[in-house]
Amino acid sequence: MKVIKEKHPLLMRWTHWVNFPILTIMIWSGLLIYWANDTYTFTLFGVTFIRFFPQEFYDALHIPKRLAEGMAFHFLFMWFFALNGFLYVSYTIISGQWRELVPNKHSFKEAWLVILHDLHIRKMAPPQNKYNAAQRIAYTAIIVMGFGSLITGLAIYKPVQFNYLAWLCGGYHLARIWHFVLTIGYVLFFLVHVVQVVLAGWNNFRSVISGFEVIDEKPQPAIQIQNDETNEKAE
Amino acid sequence: MKLTKKLSKVFSKNKAPKKELTVEQKISRRNFIAFGSFLALGSAAYGGWRWLYTSPEEKGGVTAGAHGPLRAVLNTNEKVVRQLYSNNNLVKTYPKEMAAKVVRHNSDIGSEGLIDVDAWKLSVRKNSGEVLNIGIDEIRKLPKTEIIYDFKCVEGWDQISHWGGVKFSDFIAHFKLDAETQFEYVGMETPDKEYYVGVDMPSAMHPQTLLAYEVNEKPLPPKHGAPLRLIIPVKYGIKNLKRIGSINFSNTRPPDYWAEQGYDYYAGL
Repeated sequence: MKVIKEKHPLLMRWTHWVNFPILTIMIWSGLLIYWANDTYTFTLFGVTFIRFFPQEFYDALHIPKRLAEGMAFHFLFMWFFALNGFLYVSYTIISGQWRELVPNKHSFKEAWLVILHDLHIRKMAPPQNKYNAAQRIAYTAIIVMGFGSLITGLAIYKPVQFNYLAWLCGGYHLARIWHFVLTIGYVLFFLVHVVQVVLAGWNNFRSVISGFEVIDEKPQPAIQIQNDETNEKAE
Repeated sequence: MKLTKKLSKVFSKNKAPKKELTVEQKISRRNFIAFGSFLALGSAAYGGWRWLYTSPEEKGGVTAGAHGPLRAVLNTNEKVVRQLYSNNNLVKTYPKEMAAKVVRHNSDIGSEGLIDVDAWKLSVRKNSGEVLNIGIDEIRKLPKTEIIYDFKCVEGWDQISHWGGVKFSDFIAHFKLDAETQFEYVGMETPDKEYYVGVDMPSAMHPQTLLAYEVNEKPLPPKHGAPLRLIIPVKYGIKNLKRIGSINFSNTRPPDYWAEQGYDYYAGL
């Protein structure tokens, strides 16, 4: 029998979806800004693996020479980003939903088992409630990262008025690097997130829009007939 | 109570006795509402974005070159940020050894080529209409202040550099320009008027704002704004005008080179 099982409260669904276009615009306008001083590379042992970013990438997205425009967009949507994050976090705390979200003492061990399971190395996944252990870690991390973007962003935005924030980030120069690294983190998170959502299927995806999952529950008879012995014999 | 009962009777008159919805019906009903509002609000958001993205450029004035609504936001942000501003908030300073030996130079609009330092005069237009013409030697005699701080360019780079000069507030006091500080803005221009900035009075009077004549303990070379330039650590580099020709005071925003190109007028840090 089909049963409706509530999963994501309305506010969590909306803040999730509202965040998507906001973050997209923040990353895009951030690129317009970053272009004006695009000095970052990923270099290990003197070998540069990635240069942020190749000219073709900029050209394809029409990034060059739009610094002023990028700043103007960035400094509007920063408000929405902060407000949306504030709504999500306050709701999660007040409603008690944080219990389903924040990793607990088992999460780090279990997350490893979840990863092994997802990679088809291990057959069984650990039992879970709303989120599995890997999700708890990933989704909590992304909230912490969002907070990090806010702090590093403010440190770059007004490094003299918020000089304590700039200090906290290791100075203005480092704050800009952290701000950039966090953004790369969002993009990587997004890639894994989308693959996982596709693999998890429709029921899971729908729950982030409609709020519920449909579970097929076998009706439990009121009286359980004890016929274990006969079963055993039949085997 | 009675009224609601009556009302509910009226409304339920023509309906068949209410049946509990089946699970399937509940699912499709909730999906319809959820996906419907998702699509509706998603389209509205997209429409809003297109409106903003294609919004016309502001009417050119002191500021120009930005989307109209975005300029309004920049100006609103300025109001918010000004609430946080304090002359007690100082830019971080560094030991002398950390100052760059080769100081970065980005642009020489308004300060191209060489200048005859001896012939140069700074003209300060007072409110009374009187114009002070001040030579560099006179400025060098004022109490000297040095600062080694992280210079920040709007492009995103920063560099620790070492400047020396007279505090703008000391300059004001020495030339008895206190009445002029009642104005809201200070305007500065290069001698050829090719580059010009407007700075709000609190930022100009910040204790770390200098009229600088030295970099790395040597007189400013032409490309760094000889003989006198503005060093204002609470602003992006774009406000740090090189080769100051004239200074004026006003209650309206003075013309500002980069604010005419879509940048924030305030450009504060």
